[in-house]
Amino acid sequence: MDHDPTRRHALRCMGMGAGTLFALSGGVLTGFDLAAATERGAAAKVGAPLFVQISDSHIGFNKAANPDVAGTLARSIALVNSLPRQPGLVLHTGDITHLSRASEFDDAAQLLRGLRVAELHTVPGEHDVTDGAGTEYFARFGAPSKNRGYYSFDHAGVHFVALNNVMQFKPGGLAALGEDQLAWLKDDLAGRSASQPIVLFGHMPMWSIYEPWGWGSSDAPEVMDMIRRFGSVTVLNGHIHQIVQKVEGAVTFHTARSTAYPQPAAGVGPGPGPLTVPPDQLPRMLGVTSVSRAPLHQPLSITDIALA
Amino acid sequence: MNLRIFARALAATGLAAVAAFALAAASHAAASADAAVTIKDFDFHPMDIAVPAGATVVWKNLDGEPHTVTSVDGTFRSGALDQGDSFSFRFARPGVYRYLCTIHPRMVATVTVR
Repeated sequence: MDHDPTRRHALRCMGMGAGTLFALSGGVLTGFDLAAATERGAAAKVGAPLFVQISDSHIGFNKAANPDVAGTLARSIALVNSLPRQPGLVLHTGDITHLSRASEFDDAAQLLRGLRVAELHTVPGEHDVTDGAGTEYFARFGAPSKNRGYYSFDHAGVHFVALNNVMQFKPGGLAALGEDQLAWLKDDLAGRSASQPIVLFGHMPMWSIYEPWGWGSSDAPEVMDMIRRFGSVTVLNGHIHQIVQKVEGAVTFHTARSTAYPQPAAGVGPGPGPLTVPPDQLPRMLGVTSVSRAPLHQPLSITDIALA
Repeated sequence: MNLRIFARALAATGLAAVAAFALAAASHAAASADAAVTIKDFDFHPMDIAVPAGATVVWKNLDGEPHTVTSVDGTFRSGALDQGDSFSFRFARPGVYRYLCTIHPRMVATVTVR
């Protein structure tokens, strides 16, 4: 029974009944309706959020699928700010802007400053680096990675690895991390205890979801070889504007919703463009992801929270 | 082709000014186009075109998703083209120019300049 009135209120604000809570138990993904989860006291399973993932804000987009992406990003930030226990940090998994323009980055940065959480870590999406060198993206977010887009840090005992998989690709093929980044990653993970939880985050999906639409990374298998020895690995991506999850042994893969607009399911239509839905349905298809450390050294627990 | 290293080299040699000129040329595209490529449904139409040296090719994006027109060898780069945006480039030298969309790298096409 949940005796915390502020938490009950916050969960109501998140739109109970429309969100899905996934709890990990021994590596098996279990889905709960958010309303049912609260009644059964699943709040204890979620615990205090370790961090929140937001993704694909596409500031600058203004077509029918969402004429107000700044508004839905602001609402997503308000959602994060309303969590009764604030996460330690926020990850943005890329496509912060729609067309890599300076004004779009300025607007996005201003909105993101509205987060109560002070610590924000980003990776670029392919929409952020259409100027080739990623000049505007790196001018704002390049410092942690010396303008390479990949870097790592530790927080609360978890090792976070930010990956850039949008600037190396074969014409006609998939995006990749590239040789330099793979070498860096191998070095970064070397010598770490297998019991330290690892979180990898990058824009493109790091497993093959649907290659005809570019939903995958060509050198992801090499990354999987490097992380196979660890006891808890969480791979968080964006790009596809919908939730797709997979659990493979100790590795949990998860793509997040966008805060801007949804995309069609794999293969439905000519390509991965914006999907226009009736306005009252749009908030249910946008949202953020909260990740918590489940009790008793379980894998990290992932909760997707819809905007409505 | 390592586009990232290429892009840094491009900026270093000042050829970024050439790209800016090419973007400006888009406003005069209708008057001087010798060949047109339509970007629709995540494809370049036609996928392979042939033009004489000195010809200007104009690309227009009709998709609701932005695309770029980026040559593999670094000769031309459009930046992000929103729906309805155009990009034009004058091909002075003969050759086979393979290009792609850097947002959706599976989209590839060629311009053959005789």
